Amino acid sequence: MSVSPVKLVETVAGMLPEYVSAAQSAEIIRHPSAPKEEAKASMSAPPVKARPAWLDRMNDIGATVLPSLLLLALVLGFWQLACSGEGATLPSPSKIWTESHEVIVHPFKGVTFDTGGMHIQDGGDVGIAGHVLTSLGRVAYGYGLSAIIGIALGVLIGQSRTAYRALDPFFQVLRTIPPLAWLPISLAIFQQAGPSAIFLIFITAIWPIILNTATGVQNIPQTYRNVAKVLALNPFEYFVKIMLPATVPYMFTGLRIGVGMSWLAIVAAEMVQGGTGIGFFIWDSYNSSLLTDTIVALVWIGMTGFALDRLVAFIGRRISRA
Amino acid sequence: MKVRSYLALEGISVVFPTVNGPFTAVENIDLSIEKGQFVTLIGHSGCGKSTLLNVIAGLTKPARGVVFLDGETVDQPGPDRAVIFQDHSLLPWLTVEENVRLAVDKTMAGKSRAERKDWVRHNLELVHMAHAATKRPGEISGGMKQRVGIARAIAMQPRVLLMDEPFGALDALTRASLQDTVMEIQSQLQTTVVMITHDVDEAVLLADRVVMMTNGPAAGIGEDLPITLERPRDRIEAAELPEYYHARHAILHFLHQRYSNPLDEAA
Repeated sequence: MSVSPVKLVETVAGMLPEYVSAAQSAEIIRHPSAPKEEAKASMSAPPVKARPAWLDRMNDIGATVLPSLLLLALVLGFWQLACSGEGATLPSPSKIWTESHEVIVHPFKGVTFDTGGMHIQDGGDVGIAGHVLTSLGRVAYGYGLSAIIGIALGVLIGQSRTAYRALDPFFQVLRTIPPLAWLPISLAIFQQAGPSAIFLIFITAIWPIILNTATGVQNIPQTYRNVAKVLALNPFEYFVKIMLPATVPYMFTGLRIGVGMSWLAIVAAEMVQGGTGIGFFIWDSYNSSLLTDTIVALVWIGMTGFALDRLVAFIGRRISRA
Repeated sequence: MKVRSYLALEGISVVFPTVNGPFTAVENIDLSIEKGQFVTLIGHSGCGKSTLLNVIAGLTKPARGVVFLDGETVDQPGPDRAVIFQDHSLLPWLTVEENVRLAVDKTMAGKSRAERKDWVRHNLELVHMAHAATKRPGEISGGMKQRVGIARAIAMQPRVLLMDEPFGALDALTRASLQDTVMEIQSQLQTTVVMITHDVDEAVLLADRVVMMTNGPAAGIGEDLPITLERPRDRIEAAELPEYYHARHAILHFLHQRYSNPLDEAA
Protein backbone atom coordinates (compact mmCIF):
# COMPACT_ATOMS: atom_id res chain seq x y z
CA MET A 1 0.00 0.00 0.00
CA SER A 2 2.54 2.57 -1.05
CA VAL A 3 -0.30 4.92 -2.07
CA SER A 4 -1.11 5.69 1.51
CA PRO A 5 0.73 8.69 2.92
CA VAL A 6 0.10 7.35 6.43
CA LYS A 7 2.25 4.28 6.46
CA LEU A 8 1.49 1.69 9.07
CA VAL A 9 4.48 0.30 10.88
CA GLU A 10 4.53 -2.74 13.05
CA THR A 11 5.70 -2.02 16.59
CA VAL A 12 5.38 -3.62 19.97
CA ALA A 13 2.16 -1.70 20.42
CA GLY A 14 0.73 -3.15 17.22
CA MET A 15 0.20 -1.32 13.97
CA LEU A 16 0.75 2.38 14.38
CA PRO A 17 0.94 5.24 11.92
CA GLU A 18 4.54 5.78 10.88
CA TYR A 19 5.04 9.12 12.59
CA VAL A 20 3.89 7.79 15.95
CA SER A 21 6.13 4.77 15.98
CA ALA A 22 9.04 6.81 14.63
CA ALA A 23 8.78 9.19 17.54
CA GLN A 24 8.51 6.32 19.97
CA SER A 25 11.39 4.33 18.64
CA ALA A 26 13.56 7.46 18.54
CA GLU A 27 12.86 7.85 22.24
CA ILE A 28 13.76 4.26 22.90
CA ILE A 29 16.93 4.30 20.84
CA ARG A 30 18.25 7.45 22.44
CA HIS A 31 17.67 6.16 25.97
CA PRO A 32 18.18 2.44 25.92
CA SER A 33 19.24 2.24 29.57
CA ALA A 34 19.12 5.84 30.68
CA PRO A 35 18.34 6.53 34.33
CA LYS A 36 14.86 7.79 35.12
CA GLU A 37 15.77 11.45 35.71
CA GLU A 38 17.36 11.69 32.32
CA ALA A 39 14.38 10.17 30.62
CA LYS A 40 12.21 12.66 32.44
CA ALA A 41 14.36 15.53 31.25
CA SER A 42 14.12 14.39 27.67
CA MET A 43 10.33 14.29 27.98
CA SER A 44 10.16 18.00 28.61
CA ALA A 45 12.78 18.76 25.95
CA PRO A 46 11.41 19.83 22.55
CA PRO A 47 10.75 16.95 20.16
CA VAL A 48 13.39 16.05 17.64
CA LYS A 49 11.60 17.55 14.68
CA ALA A 50 9.42 20.50 15.66
CA ARG A 51 6.31 20.40 13.51
CA PRO A 52 4.09 23.41 13.09
CA ALA A 53 0.70 22.92 14.80
CA TRP A 54 -1.27 23.25 11.57
CA LEU A 55 0.70 20.45 10.01
CA ASP A 56 -0.17 18.19 12.92
CA ARG A 57 -3.82 19.11 12.57
CA MET A 58 -3.76 18.42 8.84
CA ASN A 59 -2.15 15.14 9.64
CA ASP A 60 -4.96 14.27 12.08
CA ILE A 61 -7.64 15.15 9.57
CA GLY A 62 -5.79 13.23 6.90
CA ALA A 63 -5.54 10.18 9.11
CA THR A 64 -9.29 10.16 9.79
CA VAL A 65 -10.57 11.06 6.32
CA LEU A 66 -8.05 9.39 4.07
CA PRO A 67 -9.02 5.76 4.67
CA SER A 68 -12.61 6.55 3.65
CA LEU A 69 -11.52 8.55 0.60
CA LEU A 70 -9.23 5.74 -0.46
CA LEU A 71 -12.00 3.19 -0.11
CA LEU A 72 -14.33 5.44 -2.10
CA ALA A 73 -11.77 5.74 -4.90
CA LEU A 74 -11.30 1.98 -4.83
CA VAL A 75 -15.02 1.25 -5.05
CA LEU A 76 -15.52 3.80 -7.82
CA GLY A 77 -12.63 2.31 -9.72
CA PHE A 78 -13.97 -1.19 -9.33
CA TRP A 79 -17.47 -0.05 -10.31
CA GLN A 80 -16.08 1.67 -13.40
CA LEU A 81 -14.21 -1.47 -14.44
CA ALA A 82 -17.11 -3.78 -13.78
CA CYS A 83 -19.74 -1.69 -15.53
CA SER A 84 -17.83 -0.47 -18.59
CA GLY A 85 -18.70 -3.56 -20.62
CA GLU A 86 -21.37 -3.71 -23.30
CA GLY A 87 -24.12 -5.55 -21.43
CA ALA A 88 -23.71 -3.78 -18.07
CA THR A 89 -27.08 -3.28 -16.38
CA LEU A 90 -25.81 -0.58 -14.02
CA PRO A 91 -24.38 2.64 -15.46
CA SER A 92 -20.70 3.21 -14.66
CA PRO A 93 -19.56 6.33 -12.76
CA SER A 94 -18.29 7.98 -15.92
CA LYS A 95 -21.61 7.34 -17.63
CA ILE A 96 -23.43 8.88 -14.68
CA TRP A 97 -21.19 11.92 -14.94
CA THR A 98 -21.90 12.43 -18.65
CA GLU A 99 -25.58 11.52 -18.74
CA SER A 100 -26.64 13.30 -15.55
CA HIS A 101 -24.25 16.20 -15.96
CA GLU A 102 -27.03 18.79 -15.78
CA VAL A 103 -28.45 17.28 -12.58
CA ILE A 104 -25.05 17.10 -10.91
CA VAL A 105 -23.66 20.53 -11.72
CA HIS A 106 -26.87 22.60 -11.46
CA PRO A 107 -28.56 21.35 -8.31
CA PHE A 108 -30.07 24.74 -7.46
CA LYS A 109 -31.86 25.28 -10.78
CA GLY A 110 -35.22 26.93 -10.15
CA VAL A 111 -34.30 27.81 -6.57
CA THR A 112 -33.81 31.48 -5.78
CA PHE A 113 -32.82 33.19 -2.59
CA ASP A 114 -33.65 36.79 -1.81
CA THR A 115 -34.47 38.89 1.22
CA GLY A 116 -37.88 37.23 1.38
CA GLY A 117 -36.24 33.83 1.89
CA MET A 118 -36.07 30.88 -0.44
CA HIS A 119 -38.33 30.33 -3.41
CA ILE A 120 -38.69 27.08 -5.23
CA GLN A 121 -40.17 27.29 -8.70
CA ASP A 122 -43.41 25.40 -9.19
CA GLY A 123 -43.56 22.45 -11.53
CA GLY A 124 -41.17 19.65 -12.19
CA ASP A 125 -38.31 21.61 -13.77
CA VAL A 126 -36.35 22.17 -10.57
CA GLY A 127 -32.74 21.24 -9.71
CA ILE A 128 -32.15 18.30 -7.40
CA ALA A 129 -31.37 20.55 -4.43
CA GLY A 130 -34.77 22.15 -4.94
CA HIS A 131 -36.38 18.73 -4.62
CA VAL A 132 -34.35 17.95 -1.52
CA LEU A 133 -35.36 21.27 0.05
CA THR A 134 -39.02 20.61 -0.69
CA SER A 135 -38.68 17.21 0.95
CA LEU A 136 -36.93 18.75 3.95
CA GLY A 137 -39.86 21.13 4.35
CA ARG A 138 -42.24 18.17 4.55
CA VAL A 139 -39.97 16.34 6.97
CA ALA A 140 -39.87 19.48 9.10
CA TYR A 141 -43.67 19.42 9.38
CA GLY A 142 -44.10 15.70 9.95
CA TYR A 143 -41.08 15.31 12.17
CA GLY A 144 -41.85 18.46 14.13
CA LEU A 145 -45.32 17.10 14.90
CA SER A 146 -43.96 13.70 15.86
CA ALA A 147 -41.36 15.33 18.12
CA ILE A 148 -43.97 17.36 20.02
CA ILE A 149 -46.59 14.63 20.31
CA GLY A 150 -43.99 11.91 20.79
CA ILE A 151 -42.33 13.66 23.72
CA ALA A 152 -45.71 14.42 25.30
CA LEU A 153 -46.84 10.80 25.00
CA GLY A 154 -43.45 9.57 26.16
CA VAL A 155 -43.67 11.70 29.30
CA LEU A 156 -47.20 10.43 29.91
CA ILE A 157 -46.35 6.74 29.71
CA GLY A 158 -43.06 7.31 31.52
CA GLN A 159 -44.82 8.99 34.44
CA SER A 160 -47.94 6.90 34.77
CA ARG A 161 -47.69 3.18 35.24
CA THR A 162 -51.31 2.78 34.22
CA ALA A 163 -50.84 4.74 31.01
CA TYR A 164 -47.74 2.68 30.29
CA ARG A 165 -49.57 -0.61 30.78
CA ALA A 166 -52.46 0.56 28.64
CA LEU A 167 -50.53 2.09 25.75
CA ASP A 168 -47.22 0.28 25.49
CA PRO A 169 -48.57 -2.91 23.83
CA PHE A 170 -50.20 -0.83 21.09
CA PHE A 171 -47.05 1.19 20.55
CA GLN A 172 -44.99 -1.97 20.32
CA VAL A 173 -47.27 -3.35 17.62
CA LEU A 174 -47.76 -0.11 15.70
CA ARG A 175 -44.09 0.76 15.55
CA THR A 176 -43.28 -2.31 13.48
CA ILE A 177 -45.59 -1.26 10.61
CA PRO A 178 -43.45 -0.01 7.72
CA PRO A 179 -44.15 3.46 6.26
CA LEU A 180 -45.42 2.14 2.93
CA ALA A 181 -48.03 0.02 4.67
CA TRP A 182 -49.57 3.17 6.16
CA LEU A 183 -49.90 4.72 2.73
CA PRO A 184 -53.36 3.45 1.69
CA ILE A 185 -54.84 4.24 5.08
CA SER A 186 -53.23 7.63 5.14
CA LEU A 187 -54.66 8.44 1.70
CA ALA A 188 -58.07 7.16 2.72
CA ILE A 189 -58.10 9.32 5.85
CA PHE A 190 -56.82 12.55 4.40
CA GLN A 191 -58.03 12.24 0.80
CA GLN A 192 -55.25 14.64 -0.18
CA ALA A 193 -51.65 13.95 -1.04
CA GLY A 194 -50.09 16.78 1.02
CA PRO A 195 -51.43 15.96 4.48
CA SER A 196 -51.18 12.22 3.94
CA ALA A 197 -47.47 12.53 3.06
CA ILE A 198 -46.90 14.46 6.27
CA PHE A 199 -48.92 11.91 8.24
CA LEU A 200 -46.73 9.16 6.81
CA ILE A 201 -43.57 10.87 8.06
CA PHE A 202 -45.22 11.60 11.39
CA ILE A 203 -46.35 8.03 12.00
CA THR A 204 -42.95 6.63 11.04
CA ALA A 205 -40.87 8.93 13.23
CA ILE A 206 -42.99 9.06 16.37
CA TRP A 207 -42.38 5.59 17.87
CA PRO A 208 -38.71 5.84 18.79
CA ILE A 209 -39.38 9.31 20.20
CA ILE A 210 -42.20 8.05 22.45
CA LEU A 211 -40.38 4.95 23.62
CA ASN A 212 -37.03 6.61 24.33
CA THR A 213 -38.62 9.54 26.13
CA ALA A 214 -40.62 7.11 28.27
CA THR A 215 -37.47 5.15 29.13
CA GLY A 216 -35.75 8.39 30.07
CA VAL A 217 -38.59 9.45 32.36
CA GLN A 218 -38.73 6.02 33.99
CA ASN A 219 -35.00 6.19 34.61
CA ILE A 220 -34.96 9.51 36.45
CA PRO A 221 -33.02 8.60 39.61
CA GLN A 222 -35.06 8.34 42.79
CA THR A 223 -32.77 10.87 44.44
CA TYR A 224 -33.80 13.57 41.94
CA ARG A 225 -37.42 12.75 42.66
CA ASN A 226 -36.72 13.04 46.38
CA VAL A 227 -35.04 16.41 45.88
CA ALA A 228 -38.13 17.57 44.00
CA LYS A 229 -40.37 16.32 46.81
CA VAL A 230 -38.34 17.96 49.57
CA LEU A 231 -38.32 21.24 47.64
CA ALA A 232 -42.06 20.74 47.08
CA LEU A 233 -41.74 21.52 43.36
CA ASN A 234 -45.11 21.71 41.61
CA PRO A 235 -45.66 19.49 38.55
CA PHE A 236 -44.70 22.26 36.13
CA GLU A 237 -41.48 23.09 37.98
CA TYR A 238 -40.69 19.38 38.23
CA PHE A 239 -41.19 19.00 34.48
CA VAL A 240 -38.99 21.96 33.53
CA LYS A 241 -36.29 21.73 36.20
CA ILE A 242 -35.87 18.01 36.78
CA MET A 243 -37.62 15.85 34.22
CA LEU A 244 -36.61 17.65 31.03
CA PRO A 245 -32.90 18.01 31.83
CA ALA A 246 -32.70 14.48 33.24
CA THR A 247 -34.40 13.02 30.17
CA VAL A 248 -32.69 15.05 27.44
CA PRO A 249 -30.10 12.40 26.53
CA TYR A 250 -32.82 9.74 26.09
CA MET A 251 -35.07 12.13 24.25
CA PHE A 252 -32.38 12.97 21.77
CA THR A 253 -31.59 9.33 21.19
CA GLY A 254 -35.24 8.98 20.18
CA LEU A 255 -35.22 12.20 18.17
CA ARG A 256 -32.10 11.07 16.34
CA ILE A 257 -33.54 7.70 15.40
CA GLY A 258 -36.78 9.49 14.54
CA VAL A 259 -35.17 11.97 12.16
CA GLY A 260 -33.47 9.13 10.34
CA MET A 261 -36.74 7.24 10.02
CA SER A 262 -38.66 10.28 8.89
CA TRP A 263 -36.13 10.76 6.13
CA LEU A 264 -36.53 7.09 5.24
CA ALA A 265 -40.28 7.63 4.94
CA ILE A 266 -39.94 10.59 2.61
CA VAL A 267 -39.54 8.53 -0.55
CA ALA A 268 -42.67 6.56 0.25
CA ALA A 269 -44.49 9.75 1.15
CA GLU A 270 -43.56 11.51 -2.05
CA MET A 271 -44.54 8.68 -4.28
CA VAL A 272 -48.03 9.63 -3.13
CA GLN A 273 -47.50 13.33 -3.28
CA GLY A 274 -46.09 13.74 -6.77
CA GLY A 275 -44.91 16.93 -8.40
CA THR A 276 -41.94 17.85 -6.23
CA GLY A 277 -39.57 16.38 -3.69
CA ILE A 278 -36.67 13.99 -3.86
CA GLY A 279 -38.93 10.95 -3.57
CA PHE A 280 -40.89 12.13 -6.56
CA PHE A 281 -37.62 12.84 -8.38
CA ILE A 282 -36.58 9.21 -7.95
CA TRP A 283 -39.96 7.87 -9.03
CA ASP A 284 -39.94 10.23 -12.00
CA SER A 285 -36.44 9.39 -13.13
CA TYR A 286 -37.22 5.67 -12.82
CA ASN A 287 -40.34 6.10 -14.97
CA SER A 288 -38.30 8.04 -17.54
CA SER A 289 -35.60 5.33 -17.49
CA LEU A 290 -32.99 7.84 -16.30
CA LEU A 291 -31.17 5.46 -14.00
CA THR A 292 -28.17 7.77 -13.72
CA ASP A 293 -30.40 10.51 -12.25
CA THR A 294 -31.71 8.01 -9.70
CA ILE A 295 -28.18 7.25 -8.58
CA VAL A 296 -27.39 10.93 -8.17
CA ALA A 297 -30.58 11.30 -6.13
CA LEU A 298 -29.55 8.40 -3.89
CA VAL A 299 -26.30 10.19 -3.12
CA TRP A 300 -28.23 13.36 -2.23
CA ILE A 301 -30.65 11.44 -0.01
CA GLY A 302 -27.81 9.74 1.82
CA MET A 303 -25.87 12.93 2.37
CA THR A 304 -28.95 14.82 3.53
CA GLY A 305 -29.96 12.05 5.93
CA PHE A 306 -26.44 12.04 7.33
CA ALA A 307 -26.55 15.80 7.78
CA LEU A 308 -29.94 15.60 9.53
CA ASP A 309 -28.65 12.96 11.92
CA ARG A 310 -25.58 15.02 12.76
CA LEU A 311 -27.69 18.15 13.19
CA VAL A 312 -30.01 16.52 15.73
CA ALA A 313 -27.05 14.95 17.54
CA PHE A 314 -25.36 18.36 17.65
CA ILE A 315 -28.46 20.08 19.06
CA GLY A 316 -28.78 17.31 21.65
CA ARG A 317 -25.18 17.77 22.75
CA ARG A 318 -25.59 21.53 22.98
CA ILE A 319 -28.77 21.28 25.02
CA SER A 320 -27.52 18.67 27.46
CA ARG A 321 -24.39 20.72 28.04
CA ALA A 322 -26.24 24.02 28.54
CA MET B 1 -52.94 17.97 77.32
CA LYS B 2 -49.30 17.11 77.58
CA VAL B 3 -46.73 19.47 76.15
CA ARG B 4 -45.12 18.12 73.03
CA SER B 5 -41.49 18.64 72.10
CA TYR B 6 -40.55 20.67 69.01
CA LEU B 7 -40.19 17.51 66.96
CA ALA B 8 -42.18 14.57 68.30
CA LEU B 9 -42.56 11.08 66.88
CA GLU B 10 -45.40 9.21 68.51
CA GLY B 11 -45.95 5.51 68.07
CA ILE B 12 -44.38 5.34 64.61
CA SER B 13 -44.51 1.97 62.84
CA VAL B 14 -43.51 1.49 59.25
CA VAL B 15 -44.57 -1.56 57.28
CA PHE B 16 -43.41 -2.33 53.76
CA PRO B 17 -45.25 -4.77 51.53
CA THR B 18 -42.95 -7.50 50.23
CA VAL B 19 -43.47 -10.68 48.24
CA ASN B 20 -43.28 -12.63 51.50
CA GLY B 21 -45.96 -10.52 53.12
CA PRO B 22 -45.71 -7.27 55.10
CA PHE B 23 -42.34 -6.40 56.61
CA THR B 24 -42.28 -4.25 59.72
CA ALA B 25 -39.18 -2.07 59.50
CA VAL B 26 -39.61 -0.02 62.67
CA GLU B 27 -42.19 -0.52 65.38
CA ASN B 28 -43.83 1.79 67.85
CA ILE B 29 -41.13 4.44 68.04
CA ASP B 30 -41.50 7.42 70.33
CA LEU B 31 -38.90 10.13 70.08
CA SER B 32 -38.99 13.70 71.34
CA ILE B 33 -36.46 16.24 70.16
CA GLU B 34 -36.16 19.77 71.49
CA LYS B 35 -35.64 22.80 69.33
CA GLY B 36 -31.98 23.36 68.45
CA GLN B 37 -30.98 19.87 69.54
CA PHE B 38 -28.47 17.88 67.49
CA VAL B 39 -29.45 14.21 67.55
CA THR B 40 -27.49 11.41 65.94
CA LEU B 41 -29.15 8.08 65.15
CA ILE B 42 -26.84 5.11 65.18
CA GLY B 43 -27.44 1.42 64.52
CA HIS B 44 -26.50 -1.43 62.26
CA SER B 45 -27.29 -1.44 58.56
CA GLY B 46 -30.90 -2.31 57.88
CA CYS B 47 -32.15 -1.31 61.32
CA GLY B 48 -34.55 1.22 59.92
CA LYS B 49 -32.63 4.44 60.60
CA SER B 50 -33.20 5.75 57.10
CA THR B 51 -36.82 4.67 57.22
CA LEU B 52 -37.32 6.71 60.36
CA LEU B 53 -35.61 9.72 58.80
CA ASN B 54 -37.77 9.40 55.70
CA VAL B 55 -40.85 9.39 57.90
CA ILE B 56 -39.78 12.69 59.46
CA ALA B 57 -39.04 14.02 55.98
CA GLY B 58 -42.48 12.94 54.83
CA LEU B 59 -41.03 10.77 52.08
CA THR B 60 -42.31 7.55 53.69
CA LYS B 61 -45.77 7.24 55.19
CA PRO B 62 -45.90 5.41 58.54
CA ALA B 63 -48.42 2.59 58.93
CA ARG B 64 -49.22 3.87 62.41
CA GLY B 65 -48.19 6.87 64.44
CA VAL B 66 -47.83 10.59 63.92
CA VAL B 67 -44.96 13.04 63.53
CA PHE B 68 -45.48 16.46 65.05
CA LEU B 69 -43.29 19.41 64.15
CA ASP B 70 -43.90 22.53 66.20
CA GLY B 71 -47.36 21.27 67.05
CA GLU B 72 -48.39 20.49 63.45
CA THR B 73 -48.62 17.02 61.98
CA VAL B 74 -46.25 16.08 59.18
CA ASP B 75 -47.75 14.12 56.32
CA GLN B 76 -45.86 15.16 53.21
CA PRO B 77 -42.37 16.30 52.28
CA GLY B 78 -41.56 19.98 52.36
CA PRO B 79 -38.67 22.44 52.46
CA ASP B 80 -39.15 23.04 56.21
CA ARG B 81 -37.56 19.61 56.68
CA ALA B 82 -34.50 19.77 54.43
CA VAL B 83 -32.76 16.48 53.73
CA ILE B 84 -29.08 15.98 53.01
CA PHE B 85 -28.81 12.69 51.19
CA GLN B 86 -25.83 10.38 51.35
CA ASP B 87 -25.30 10.58 47.60
CA HIS B 88 -25.41 14.42 47.72
CA SER B 89 -28.11 14.31 45.00
CA LEU B 90 -26.99 17.51 43.30
CA LEU B 91 -28.44 17.98 39.83
CA PRO B 92 -25.52 17.42 37.45
CA TRP B 93 -26.79 19.80 34.77
CA LEU B 94 -26.78 22.77 37.15
CA THR B 95 -23.77 24.60 38.54
CA VAL B 96 -23.05 24.63 42.26
CA GLU B 97 -24.67 28.05 42.52
CA GLU B 98 -27.71 27.02 40.47
CA ASN B 99 -28.24 23.94 42.62
CA VAL B 100 -28.50 26.09 45.72
CA ARG B 101 -30.46 28.66 43.73
CA LEU B 102 -33.13 26.06 42.92
CA ALA B 103 -33.82 25.62 46.63
CA VAL B 104 -33.62 29.33 47.39
CA ASP B 105 -35.93 30.34 44.55
CA LYS B 106 -38.50 27.92 45.86
CA THR B 107 -38.31 28.85 49.54
CA MET B 108 -37.74 32.60 49.21
CA ALA B 109 -40.07 33.29 46.31
CA GLY B 110 -41.16 36.60 47.86
CA LYS B 111 -37.65 38.06 47.97
CA SER B 112 -36.00 40.07 45.21
CA ARG B 113 -33.59 38.52 42.74
CA ALA B 114 -30.63 40.29 44.29
CA GLU B 115 -31.55 39.18 47.79
CA ARG B 116 -31.88 35.56 46.68
CA LYS B 117 -28.54 35.75 44.89
CA ASP B 118 -26.88 37.15 48.00
CA TRP B 119 -28.46 34.44 50.13
CA VAL B 120 -27.07 31.73 47.82
CA ARG B 121 -23.64 33.36 48.07
CA HIS B 122 -23.85 33.61 51.83
CA ASN B 123 -24.70 29.94 52.24
CA LEU B 124 -21.95 28.85 49.88
CA GLU B 125 -19.55 30.88 52.00
CA LEU B 126 -20.77 29.12 55.14
CA VAL B 127 -19.69 25.78 53.71
CA HIS B 128 -16.53 27.29 52.16
CA MET B 129 -17.64 26.64 48.60
CA ALA B 130 -18.05 30.17 47.22
CA HIS B 131 -14.93 29.73 45.11
CA ALA B 132 -16.54 26.91 43.11
CA ALA B 133 -19.90 28.57 42.52
CA THR B 134 -19.73 28.25 38.74
CA LYS B 135 -18.47 24.65 38.69
CA ARG B 136 -20.71 21.71 37.92
CA PRO B 137 -21.01 18.77 40.34
CA GLY B 138 -19.03 16.59 37.95
CA GLU B 139 -16.04 18.90 38.30
CA ILE B 140 -15.72 18.86 42.10
CA SER B 141 -14.75 16.20 44.64
CA GLY B 142 -17.13 14.10 46.73
CA GLY B 143 -16.47 16.16 49.85
CA MET B 144 -17.12 19.39 47.98
CA LYS B 145 -20.37 17.99 46.57
CA GLN B 146 -21.53 17.19 50.06
CA ARG B 147 -20.63 20.72 51.17
CA VAL B 148 -22.87 22.04 48.42
CA GLY B 149 -25.56 19.59 49.55
CA ILE B 150 -25.31 21.11 53.03
CA ALA B 151 -25.45 24.63 51.60
CA ARG B 152 -28.56 23.75 49.62
CA ALA B 153 -30.24 22.34 52.72
CA ILE B 154 -29.42 25.17 55.12
CA ALA B 155 -30.25 27.79 52.49
CA MET B 156 -33.84 26.56 52.74
CA GLN B 157 -33.82 27.71 56.39
CA PRO B 158 -35.44 24.47 57.48
CA ARG B 159 -37.04 23.96 60.86
CA VAL B 160 -35.40 20.54 60.98
CA LEU B 161 -32.29 19.47 59.12
CA LEU B 162 -32.26 15.77 58.29
CA MET B 163 -28.94 14.17 57.36
CA ASP B 164 -28.96 10.64 55.99
CA GLU B 165 -25.43 9.38 56.57
CA PRO B 166 -24.08 12.44 54.78
CA PHE B 167 -20.40 11.57 55.08
CA GLY B 168 -20.64 7.82 54.69
CA ALA B 169 -19.02 7.79 51.27
CA LEU B 170 -16.14 10.10 52.15
CA ASP B 171 -12.61 9.31 53.27
CA ALA B 172 -11.66 9.90 56.92
CA LEU B 173 -9.82 13.19 56.40
CA THR B 174 -12.52 14.77 54.25
CA ARG B 175 -15.10 13.51 56.70
CA ALA B 176 -13.34 15.19 59.63
CA SER B 177 -13.17 18.49 57.81
CA LEU B 178 -16.89 18.31 56.96
CA GLN B 179 -17.75 17.46 60.55
CA ASP B 180 -15.91 20.61 61.62
CA THR B 181 -17.90 22.62 59.11
CA VAL B 182 -21.16 21.16 60.37
CA MET B 183 -20.26 22.03 63.98
CA GLU B 184 -19.26 25.52 62.90
CA ILE B 185 -22.57 26.07 61.10
CA GLN B 186 -24.59 24.53 63.90
CA SER B 187 -23.03 26.92 66.43
CA GLN B 188 -24.24 29.83 64.29
CA LEU B 189 -27.67 28.62 63.20
CA GLN B 190 -28.81 26.44 66.14
CA THR B 191 -30.93 24.34 63.79
CA THR B 192 -32.65 21.20 65.01
CA VAL B 193 -30.74 18.33 63.41
CA VAL B 194 -31.37 14.61 63.08
CA MET B 195 -28.38 12.84 61.59
CA ILE B 196 -27.89 9.19 60.75
CA THR B 197 -24.40 7.81 61.07
CA HIS B 198 -22.46 4.57 61.24
CA ASP B 199 -19.47 6.22 62.81
CA VAL B 200 -19.27 6.14 66.61
CA ASP B 201 -16.85 9.07 66.86
CA GLU B 202 -18.98 11.15 64.55
CA ALA B 203 -22.05 10.37 66.62
CA VAL B 204 -20.41 11.49 69.85
CA LEU B 205 -18.50 14.49 68.52
CA LEU B 206 -21.43 16.18 66.79
CA ALA B 207 -24.40 15.29 68.96
CA ASP B 208 -26.21 16.58 71.99
CA ARG B 209 -27.85 13.19 72.12
CA VAL B 210 -27.08 9.80 70.60
CA VAL B 211 -30.10 7.61 69.88
CA MET B 212 -29.17 3.95 69.43
CA MET B 213 -31.48 1.71 67.49
CA THR B 214 -32.00 -2.01 67.98
CA ASN B 215 -31.72 -4.39 65.05
CA GLY B 216 -34.61 -4.87 62.67
CA PRO B 217 -37.07 -6.18 61.75
CA ALA B 218 -39.42 -4.19 63.95
CA ALA B 219 -36.53 -2.07 65.19
CA GLY B 220 -36.96 0.28 68.08
CA ILE B 221 -34.94 2.68 70.17
CA GLY B 222 -32.54 0.79 72.42
CA GLU B 223 -30.82 3.56 74.29
CA ASP B 224 -30.82 7.32 74.37
CA LEU B 225 -27.56 8.83 75.53
CA PRO B 226 -27.12 12.55 76.22
CA ILE B 227 -23.71 14.04 75.36
CA THR B 228 -23.01 17.06 77.47
CA LEU B 229 -19.49 17.85 76.27
CA GLU B 230 -18.90 21.58 76.15
CA ARG B 231 -19.08 23.37 72.81
CA PRO B 232 -17.24 24.37 70.73
CA ARG B 233 -15.72 20.91 70.61
CA ASP B 234 -12.31 20.12 69.30
CA ARG B 235 -11.93 16.59 68.05
CA ILE B 236 -8.54 16.04 69.62
CA GLU B 237 -9.25 17.62 72.99
CA ALA B 238 -12.70 16.05 73.20
CA ALA B 239 -11.33 12.57 72.59
CA GLU B 240 -9.24 12.83 75.73
CA LEU B 241 -12.14 13.73 78.02
CA PRO B 242 -13.55 10.95 80.21
CA GLU B 243 -17.12 11.73 79.16
CA TYR B 244 -16.22 11.26 75.49
CA TYR B 245 -14.55 7.99 76.34
CA HIS B 246 -17.54 6.76 78.33
CA ALA B 247 -20.02 7.73 75.65
CA ARG B 248 -17.95 6.03 73.01
CA HIS B 249 -17.67 2.93 75.14
CA ALA B 250 -21.41 2.85 75.82
CA ILE B 251 -22.20 3.03 72.10
CA LEU B 252 -19.65 0.38 71.16
CA HIS B 253 -21.00 -1.87 73.91
CA PHE B 254 -24.53 -1.38 72.63
CA LEU B 255 -23.64 -2.01 69.01
CA HIS B 256 -21.25 -4.90 69.41
CA GLN B 257 -22.39 -6.74 72.51
CA ARG B 258 -26.04 -6.10 73.18
CA TYR B 259 -27.09 -5.78 69.57
CA SER B 260 -24.28 -7.18 67.48
CA ASN B 261 -24.52 -7.09 63.72
CA PRO B 262 -27.28 -9.50 62.64
CA LEU B 263 -25.24 -10.43 59.58
CA ASP B 264 -22.30 -11.55 61.73
CA GLU B 265 -24.57 -13.75 63.83
CA ALA B 266 -26.02 -15.39 60.78
CA ALA B 267 -22.56 -16.18 59.46
